[in-house]
Amino acid sequence: MRRTTLDLWVGFFVIIGMAALIFLAFKVGNLGAANGGETYVVNGQFDNIGGLKVRAPVKSAGVVVGRVKEIRFDPTTYRAVVALSLDASYKFPRDTIATILTSGLLGEQYVGLEPGGDEAMLQTGDALQITQSAVVLEKLIGQFMFDKAAEGSTPAN
Amino acid sequence: MNGLLNFIRRLGAAAVEGVWRIGFAARFFVLLLRHSGQSLTRIHLTVREIYFSGVLSLLIIVVSGLFVGMVLGLQGYETLQRYGSGDALGVLVSLSLTRELGPVVAGLLFASRAGLAVTAEIGLMKTTEQLDAMDMMAVNPIARVVAPRFWGGVISMPLLAALFSAMGVLGGWLIGVVFIGVDNGAFWSQMQAAVDFRFDIMNGVIKSFVFGATVALIAVFEGYDCTPTAEGLSRAITRTVVTSALAILALDFVLTSLMFRGQS
Repeated sequence: MRRTTLDLWVGFFVIIGMAALIFLAFKVGNLGAANGGETYVVNGQFDNIGGLKVRAPVKSAGVVVGRVKEIRFDPTTYRAVVALSLDASYKFPRDTIATILTSGLLGEQYVGLEPGGDEAMLQTGDALQITQSAVVLEKLIGQFMFDKAAEGSTPAN
Repeated sequence: MNGLLNFIRRLGAAAVEGVWRIGFAARFFVLLLRHSGQSLTRIHLTVREIYFSGVLSLLIIVVSGLFVGMVLGLQGYETLQRYGSGDALGVLVSLSLTRELGPVVAGLLFASRAGLAVTAEIGLMKTTEQLDAMDMMAVNPIARVVAPRFWGGVISMPLLAALFSAMGVLGGWLIGVVFIGVDNGAFWSQMQAAVDFRFDIMNGVIKSFVFGATVALIAVFEGYDCTPTAEGLSRAITRTVVTSALAILALDFVLTSLMFRGQS
């Protein structure tokens, strides 16, 4: 085969391969979406984070506004510290409430943000003052059964 | 007693032979890297090999990718639908393709389509004493024949794996959205929310790169090392396919446990 034809085919092959990679990056992956933009990091302390994982979404009004960046345990307060990396184009008031929620009954856990009314906005390194822990289903069931048992034993007295 | 001794002796011989081959392959690899300069300065040698191992593998990669994606779409939808989350089909298809199936299946196909051809070519050159003839003419056969084929494989493989994953996602989309009727927006948006570029796609690319280098090295080594007879050549070709497949699967397990363990 002539060398120019060969070069043409190889060039064609490289272009197709690169196009596939770009397709994967932009259409399948989230490059160019929330990941590419500037972010700022705020911390929140939770009593219990349940099954929250790093890279879980942070949503406000159901829209993804950031991701969980880091989860660590604070040995002085005995609480979990969750670092949230939020898209810089979304500003939240300083008294925003962070709640750990579950999408659906068995879905993944995410952090929900409910904006407050403060004039000042959150900045990098700020801490979220009001947080609400994850609902632990076992505890809820235990409490329910305990209440039922207590109810049942009252008339017998 | 004698039988037992014989058995132990044979085991020892096999072990020594195995270690010797690994050592020989490692020295061969170092030699190959040392003589790789020429395959980069005389780039048309490598381009020719990219044509033979990359361009000619396009058809099988594209068709297999499409069909694997379509099967994933069908099977995944059946199971997901049972839990009422058919919308997550895009996540299932794209994650399984970019993380595992793309690099692994493309690697297996690449080993049997391109690696085998390289072994046969180099093995036949050795059998017909073309490599020795080159040596006599002061042309280094490793620099002239082996290194371009190795680098051709290393360059082709990641591109083929990316193409395989992309075609697979399109196949899943075809079945899921066009034929079954999963919502188009949910398919893509859930996929984009779940697939991370650095974590999922780049790790897949790294995997395919490692597999490409492994398959290419095994192919050129088996060809170069084959016994120069018709039977030796056929054995070398068989060994290329078997060893490449085993190496890909073993390396995939190691890489997956390094990359994805304990994370989401």
